[in-house]
Amino acid sequence: MKVSVFITCLVDQLCPNVGVSMVAVLRRVGCEVVFDERQTCCGQPAFNTGYRNEAQKFAKRFIKIFEESAAEAIVSPSGSCVAMVKHFHELFPTDEKWRERAGKIAARTHEFGSFLVNVLKVEDVGASSTGRITWHDACHGLRDLNIRDEPRRLLKNVKGVEFVEMSNADVCCGFGGTFSVKFPEISAGILDNKIESIEKADVCAVVSGDASCLMQIGGRLSRLDSKVKPMHLAEILACQNHLR
Amino acid sequence: MHLTSETFDQNARDALRDPVLHGALRNLADNFVERRRAAIASVDDWEGLREKARVIKEQTLCHLDRYLLQFVENAEKAGVKFHWARDGKEACGIVLNLLKKRGAKHVVKSKSMATEEIHLNAALEAEGIEPVETDLGEWIIQLAGETPSHIVVPAIHKTKAQIADLFVDKVGIEKTDDVDVLTRTARNILRQRFAEAEVGISGVNFGVAETGTIVILENEGNIRLTTGLPKTHIAVMGIEKIIPKFADLDVFLKLLPRSGTGQRLTAYQSIITGVKRNVTDEGPDEIHIVLMDNGRSRMLAHPVTRQSLACIRCGACLNACPVYQQVGGHAYGSVYPGPIGAVITPQLIGISKAKQLPYASSLCGACREVCPVKIDIPELLLHLRAEITDGTAGGAESNPQRKRKFTESLAFRMYGFAWSGPVSYGLGIKAARLMQKLVVRDGRIGKVSGFVAKLLPPLGAWTAWRDAPAVAERSFREQWRDGLGNNSQWSVVSGQ
Repeated sequence: MKVSVFITCLVDQLCPNVGVSMVAVLRRVGCEVVFDERQTCCGQPAFNTGYRNEAQKFAKRFIKIFEESAAEAIVSPSGSCVAMVKHFHELFPTDEKWRERAGKIAARTHEFGSFLVNVLKVEDVGASSTGRITWHDACHGLRDLNIRDEPRRLLKNVKGVEFVEMSNADVCCGFGGTFSVKFPEISAGILDNKIESIEKADVCAVVSGDASCLMQIGGRLSRLDSKVKPMHLAEILACQNHLR
Repeated sequence: MHLTSETFDQNARDALRDPVLHGALRNLADNFVERRRAAIASVDDWEGLREKARVIKEQTLCHLDRYLLQFVENAEKAGVKFHWARDGKEACGIVLNLLKKRGAKHVVKSKSMATEEIHLNAALEAEGIEPVETDLGEWIIQLAGETPSHIVVPAIHKTKAQIADLFVDKVGIEKTDDVDVLTRTARNILRQRFAEAEVGISGVNFGVAETGTIVILENEGNIRLTTGLPKTHIAVMGIEKIIPKFADLDVFLKLLPRSGTGQRLTAYQSIITGVKRNVTDEGPDEIHIVLMDNGRSRMLAHPVTRQSLACIRCGACLNACPVYQQVGGHAYGSVYPGPIGAVITPQLIGISKAKQLPYASSLCGACREVCPVKIDIPELLLHLRAEITDGTAGGAESNPQRKRKFTESLAFRMYGFAWSGPVSYGLGIKAARLMQKLVVRDGRIGKVSGFVAKLLPPLGAWTAWRDAPAVAERSFREQWRDGLGNNSQWSVVSGQ
């Protein structure tokens, strides 16, 4: 299947390895991967802060670029940014044409883990690694896209790792976009509950589907000099330790 | 202690530093969230029930004018007197008049968010009438001179020890940590108040249009006494409390207790249809219902904000909210705290007085997930945020001069420009890579302070608690150009 990857700003600039990993996994399961270099941002920061005009510009740009692609699916390593694409139609309350275009793009756009399991029907991507890992549900993937079992099934199929559920895996990490810097004390308070759950699970890595949550969780783990490593789903699925 | 919504950030910081509050909130989250989970498991089709409730509420709100008149007509037939209040001030005036005409000296009250909303107690006290709150939690905070910090459990922020100290101070008991003694003390005092009261004031959970019935749920029996013992019963209700049919209670009585307290049913359901039929019957001689708008018809006007009126005040969104769990109810500085409070308050008191509240959420959606009537609270928060930035927000006193916060607005315009195409985007990233050399150590950005934090406040705020990742040496798009695009063996670098 031909797949056009939507690489979010955070992934492009702060953790490109997540994008590279996703491309590797998609190719491994037989996808032809294309990347349109004109893409930038989905406009979520503007939308979530209340700047709808700015968000609308981003949405139009995104729609135009991906409409030109012949790829059957648009796949992204972020539940949050995919959820934004699914929200695009709300930015055109009175413009039927754009609403329709937004709807068509949204129908083709998938979060990475959900794409593997629900579209390609693949649960074992041939990954292998070591150690004990746990999963953090990123809120938008979980509650906007209803992705709960898919990443867990993928992780349980990674050879050589032990998957454990931590307590309150489905509770927010406190990131919330601009919330994290508008109310840093509250954000950090919520985050520390998450860190407590992670540490209690006694794992070597916490895996999630959104670079933003991983930046929040990873930033705190790093500050606390924790041994736990933040990892994106794509990164662990790209691991093939037995080949090294 | 008087907190306002305008200083939410400061209120929240103070709350975060309060270890006693933190303990209480942790208990709340653990107990209520777990109890709710167990209670909803006893319903066959919880999701179907929520959807039913949502549809009933939506259809009722779309034809509220008709249902309200039907409710009034049927209740009047059963002997109820009606009073219409445009706002809180009018509602308070109506209640006060009713009390004065009856020469009421002793007034008992049951827990009611509607009367909290209009600050009825303060209005009555200003005229020399001291209503006695009879819900244990409400009575405690009335003694303490505070406001409720939760819709369902108003004194959740108080520990047993604090309540014992309060009783020692206010009602003169010996110091004790025996909960039975404390509750017995309250009961003995309150029974006295019930016996001498001429008027009882209550709220309303549901008003049934087809029968003119009001329904009130509770666990302590104090509402039964407030509405049954005094000669006059005054009920204050928002106009959104209407449900069309008596049979609709089947849906809402399953949803509300389970969502609110994790009970299958509350201990008491008072179902009141008019005054007593015979003089020898029990119950009040007269019932007055004050139907209150107070900003509700404005919420009704827009399909997004209309959802706010579907709320049945169960408090589930508070218990589930990570922000509420951190800061508690008082930080919101408003009668309605938590996610639903962040939505209702700006619409009630004017968005300019509660500008921070729509932002007091990480948009995690836990509130929407637990809401028994499926209110899309994140959607409402985003709607209000857009109103704030557009400066077109309605509200109690809408102000067209409202300006966007200058620096934030500038930042979003710059981002809008920089991200508008690959060239400007690339330039922006190059600039960031150059500038970060000042602060990056070992591939990450630790705590920044001083000049850099002043120059980039978000970076200062972020790194006060968390390290920040550095902008990568080679972005994804650069790696794509360098070979990833046409080389299936491009290696995945482990780690950053």
